[in-house]
Amino acid sequence: MRSRDAVALIALVLLGSFMIMSVLPLANMIRPFGEPVNPEMDDYIITHAQNETGANNAVTSVVFDYRGFDTLGEATVLFTAVAGVILVLRRYAHG
Amino acid sequence: MDETSKIIKTVSSVMFPFVTIYGLYVILHGHLTPGGGFQGGAIVASGCALLVVAFGSDAIAKRVKESQLSLLESIGALGFISLAFVGIATTFFYNSLAGTKFLFGRIPPYGSNPGYLSSGGLLPLMNLAVGTKVIAGLFAIVLILAIATRKKGGRSK
Repeated sequence: MRSRDAVALIALVLLGSFMIMSVLPLANMIRPFGEPVNPEMDDYIITHAQNETGANNAVTSVVFDYRGFDTLGEATVLFTAVAGVILVLRRYAHG
Repeated sequence: MDETSKIIKTVSSVMFPFVTIYGLYVILHGHLTPGGGFQGGAIVASGCALLVVAFGSDAIAKRVKESQLSLLESIGALGFISLAFVGIATTFFYNSLAGTKFLFGRIPPYGSNPGYLSSGGLLPLMNLAVGTKVIAGLFAIVLILAIATRKKGGRSK
């Protein structure tokens, strides 16, 4: 067991150092908050969301209107989770 | 499962309506304030989970069956999809109700303003459908996990 722990520690240190090394060059490329690379879509939604959907919450207008398909998938994920839980645990629930 | 004390039961009974009202507020005002169907549904379902913790899964399971919750969740999902089909004349998920003189058809002015409750077109209805779905789904998960993982095991027939 001792040797396995040593191998695991070495692997952890290697993996962690690789991850840190891969992130370090990105530190200079990170853009400040609120200044994305391609702001065209954001500007369009910010200027047109209220007029087009009539909702003051632009996030809701994106989630339910502009990106409705994404929300449909999200709802399907929840539905699948409930179906799976009920399928697996119904046996215990009904004795 | 040990009985919880009278303090826990009383405080949970007092808290539950307020938690539910707050969650319904978050759902119904999803097109005006931060939040929406998912968040408000999670709040209401957490209030239901509070009741499950306080009163035990047996007492709750006597009143609510998970098949009813499953039915409610399916109603929410089908309502969401059919609301998406309302604007099918243009595209899927087209907000055909916004801008009309009908219910939820008001357009708020541009910029920061409180907005109107009767605005947003299909968005409040979609929030309501998704909220129904999330309430029923999360409560079903919590309830069936609480029933299945208690010490005695198995609901008495």
